[in-house]
Amino acid sequence: MPAFIYVVLVTQIPFALTIYYSFFSWNLLKEGSFRFSGLDNYSRLITDESIRTAIFNTVLLTLSVIAFSVVIGLGVAMLLNSEVFGKGLMRTLMIAPFLIMPTAGALIWKDTLLNPLFGLLPYLLTPFGLSRVDWVNQFPMVTVVAVEVWRWTPFMMLIILAGLQSQNLEILEAAKVDGANAIQTFRRITLPLVRPFIELGALLGSLFVVQTFDSIFMLTYGGPGEDTTNLPFLLYLVAFQGFSIGQASAIGVVAVIITTVVATFALRTLFSIFQVEARR
Amino acid sequence: MIAARVDGRRAVISKVVWSIVGWLVVFIFFFPVLWMWLESLKTEPQAASSPPTILFAPTLMEFQEVLSGDFPPFFINSAIASIGSTLLVLILGLPAAYALSIRPVKRTQDALFFFISTRFLPFAASLVPLYLLARDLHLLDNIFALVLIYTTINLPLGVWLLRSFLLEIPNDLFEAARVDGAGFFRELTRIVVPLIAPGIAATSLICLIFSWNEFFYAVNFTSSVAATAPIFLVGFISGRGLFYAKLAAAATLASLPVLLAGWIAQKQLIRGLTMGAVK
Repeated sequence: MPAFIYVVLVTQIPFALTIYYSFFSWNLLKEGSFRFSGLDNYSRLITDESIRTAIFNTVLLTLSVIAFSVVIGLGVAMLLNSEVFGKGLMRTLMIAPFLIMPTAGALIWKDTLLNPLFGLLPYLLTPFGLSRVDWVNQFPMVTVVAVEVWRWTPFMMLIILAGLQSQNLEILEAAKVDGANAIQTFRRITLPLVRPFIELGALLGSLFVVQTFDSIFMLTYGGPGEDTTNLPFLLYLVAFQGFSIGQASAIGVVAVIITTVVATFALRTLFSIFQVEARR
Repeated sequence: MIAARVDGRRAVISKVVWSIVGWLVVFIFFFPVLWMWLESLKTEPQAASSPPTILFAPTLMEFQEVLSGDFPPFFINSAIASIGSTLLVLILGLPAAYALSIRPVKRTQDALFFFISTRFLPFAASLVPLYLLARDLHLLDNIFALVLIYTTINLPLGVWLLRSFLLEIPNDLFEAARVDGAGFFRELTRIVVPLIAPGIAATSLICLIFSWNEFFYAVNFTSSVAATAPIFLVGFISGRGLFYAKLAAAATLASLPVLLAGWIAQKQLIRGLTMGAVK
């Protein structure tokens, strides 16, 4: 089982080392600064203002991105599942934001769409008196969330659409014959049927969104101040700008704990879907 | 009769209305991509004009500029990292997936759970030790390090996906092959690989997408020699001034391989993204 050995070697051992390092004070730039410091790094995490901000930002970013992209994704998926012209092309164009390189997408948003001087959006919003709004600097979190929602909505749409298409048409027809209106059909039949797909999308999505790094790096570099610094970005700053290996490792451990909680739920959903399928 | 005609007309109207709504939404989402393409076909003054230029004579000048400049090495590095790691995932992952699905080893379920859970271990968990290791082995700014890291990131997903495809092969086929005296290796190459060709395609696609677009490790583990396409784009944040057309051209080129692959293999994309749960 070479694959097993490989996975254990490159994932578990480094993680064990991360935990190990997190109990040491070690600055890469200072020779011989490697020394045991017990729980210092962790107690600093609790008292430190920036890590609390980072945790708050991570949660805020993840929750809002997932909420918006699931709702919009559900809407688009239902549109694409109904009788409309050019479904195939619509879906093809719709998934483009997800496939575009995140760094490229972020740059395009920042420099050509939102730039207060030359960008298209401020120009289009001129009639509404929003002509010179510097979105990236004045509303950094809104901008990051918007760009991430743009990227993750297609992902949700694809998963929910697949769920809708596996729906049994006869049930819908029967509902219609029974005189159920559109809202009733949606609440009583469509929603329960696609619920596992929504859950799957939301959980898988949040595992990726928790780790958002690219667009923050490109759009705001965590700023202004620490307004958009999330855990991965803070880790980057501490490890590669501050070279505090021990402190960075402690942040890493915290990030792992948070992600593990989410991942456990995600995996349960995944396994339950497989089990439902196996029963069929 | 009349009722049926009214019903029919109502259906047509609703179809038209919903089509318009749908296309509007799709247009909004696709617009940034379209705008990127438009900007890439402009000259620099046109791209940095206020108000924005809408009508213009398209030119490929900026593409020529990007391609003849320092971009190609970044692109080639991306290709090496993503294709190399995808091949490694297939070579290592196929036997593992095979063992997990067809020749049951003890405690398969536990092994599976462990395997897939490593995919969700955030990069935060292993970044620091891997960085120190790469530094001590003089593998920083070496494309080989990225190949190994991307293999690690994608291997659990790859094994999981390949297994979900392998489970669909009827067991009789393997038994027939075994009766015929086919060895393990023959069984793998003659029966398994041809049967799960779509599965291999889906797995490769997902691995390619993740590793081609990967940024975090690329930015921390490479600087110049081994830097990949996303790193090239970082240069536009500062220091290169107002080169919006050039930026758009570079962004278009950097995004092109994954965009095309994803568009061509939409079916595999869904299955890959949901880890085989949605067909």
